[in-house]
Amino acid sequence: MTPRATGLLCALMLLPAGSASVAASGDPVLVPDVSSRAIDIKYSFVGEELLLFGAIIYPDGRAPDERADIVVVIRGPTRPIRLREKQRVAGIWVNTQSVGFGSAPGYYAVASSRPIDQMIDERTAAIYEIGLRNLSLSPTEFEDSAQLRRFENGLIDLKRRQTLFVESAGGVEINQGALYRARLMIPAQVPVGRYTAETFLISHGDVIAVASRDIDIRKTGFDRFVAMAAEHYGLIYGLIAVTLSICLGWFAGWLFRRF
Amino acid sequence: MDLYLPVANMSVNIIMIVALGGMVGILSGMFGVGGGFLTTPLLIFYGIPPTVAAASAATQVTGTSVSGIFAYWQRGGVDTRMGAVLVTGGVAGSLLGAMLFEWLQALGQIDTVINLMYLGLLGSIGWLMLRESLEALRAMGSGQSVPTRKRRHHPLVTALPMRWRFYKSGLYMSPLAPLFLGILTGIMTMLLGVGGGFIMVPAMLYILGMDPKMVVGTSLFQILFTTIASTMVHSVTTHAVDIVLASLLLVGGAIGAQIGARLAMKVDPVRMRLGLAIVVILVALRMAIGLAWQPEEIFTIQWL
Repeated sequence: MTPRATGLLCALMLLPAGSASVAASGDPVLVPDVSSRAIDIKYSFVGEELLLFGAIIYPDGRAPDERADIVVVIRGPTRPIRLREKQRVAGIWVNTQSVGFGSAPGYYAVASSRPIDQMIDERTAAIYEIGLRNLSLSPTEFEDSAQLRRFENGLIDLKRRQTLFVESAGGVEINQGALYRARLMIPAQVPVGRYTAETFLISHGDVIAVASRDIDIRKTGFDRFVAMAAEHYGLIYGLIAVTLSICLGWFAGWLFRRF
Repeated sequence: MDLYLPVANMSVNIIMIVALGGMVGILSGMFGVGGGFLTTPLLIFYGIPPTVAAASAATQVTGTSVSGIFAYWQRGGVDTRMGAVLVTGGVAGSLLGAMLFEWLQALGQIDTVINLMYLGLLGSIGWLMLRESLEALRAMGSGQSVPTRKRRHHPLVTALPMRWRFYKSGLYMSPLAPLFLGILTGIMTMLLGVGGGFIMVPAMLYILGMDPKMVVGTSLFQILFTTIASTMVHSVTTHAVDIVLASLLLVGGAIGAQIGARLAMKVDPVRMRLGLAIVVILVALRMAIGLAWQPEEIFTIQWL
């Protein structure tokens, strides 16, 4: 790689696009990208597959002998939630205990080139929140650690089955130690907001480079208009819903009497 | 054929939702029930958030009841005086229901309360109807003339003060009884997204003792206004009415209601009541199973 190209790439890394390198100069840098910077939700939206790809650039232009690993994480906006657990009381299943989580992401997907526990230790994973077990969910109002663990597992399990939490070990492909790519599915029921796509370069159990990109997921057109009206103009929205409903019913009645 | 629902935040299959609306519409036209007691659980089963399901089902029921009410209006089958009393109660009930909804949601017991309410109401009413219609069928089968049961209201209703004449329904009774009934169904409309017809029809027959020819039309009249009130309350408080979902359900529902109203004229009323009784009991059984068996999801998420 020519010095000029390296310089250009370094300049790219400094752009305020949210990319950053944790390592000092001399360490490899990441040039990440995603297939879409914005996902528009409209009437035909059934989910979208995101391709995260990029290059690992080593300062001397040569990949080291040991294998480096890549982890990509897509994370949705966080929102406080309360998780309730059903238990059998007097023969029927009712909600009994509950735990609050102050910062549960609405969507979280992680793909890595190897299983996470083989690449980094728990402490590092927790610092960068890599892996579903390492999310900091900011729990509140729990009794003890056993209860908390049960609820955390319950939350992760529930969200995984809703495909809103994804963990894919081996989901990242690395070509010739320099180019990587991963596909992650964004399902239709994702919350809207600003998402971040982070890429971690990992070597010898350490995170040596981090880069991130923002992805906006937003409703557009008619869907945006309806969602906005429902949220902010409840009274008018309700009147329109009632009118529409009456007109449709009336029309159907009229139509049937003619035939 | 998928379509994204802007308020429910998910995409659904158009044909599935329209078919669901149509099936419920047929029931609506035949029995004068809104069908919400089937729509809401089926929508929840499909994966639509419970609040959105209840709110949008109520909006849909408005449309189906308009569609069905025509036929009965033309035949003079609507007692507007009785209807007005019921609606007054219904609107008050919607507001009460909204407060109850918020309180139960904060406690985290909304699902259980909804299921228990369904179970108690459907179970007892289904049983009452089943017994009555089977007796009538047996009497018809053995060639006897159907015993002309004296139409009368429940003793408790007789004890209430103040009496009004309801000419069309052939009643001279206290308006407090239908008012109370209206409040009860208003609360249920808000909580369950049901029009309350499946409670109202049997209650009118067996508790108020109304003229059977007036029951279905008047029930549709009451449902129409109570669901309008509940759509408005939901739009302003929970913001959970999905206009796209409601429209899809309506397309099916409006057509179904017309088919149902025609079927109703051909089918013997006793058999029809038996049919409704069986549907009601099946839904109640499903609820009982849902409460007693370990649910698929032990954990539920509530947004704060």
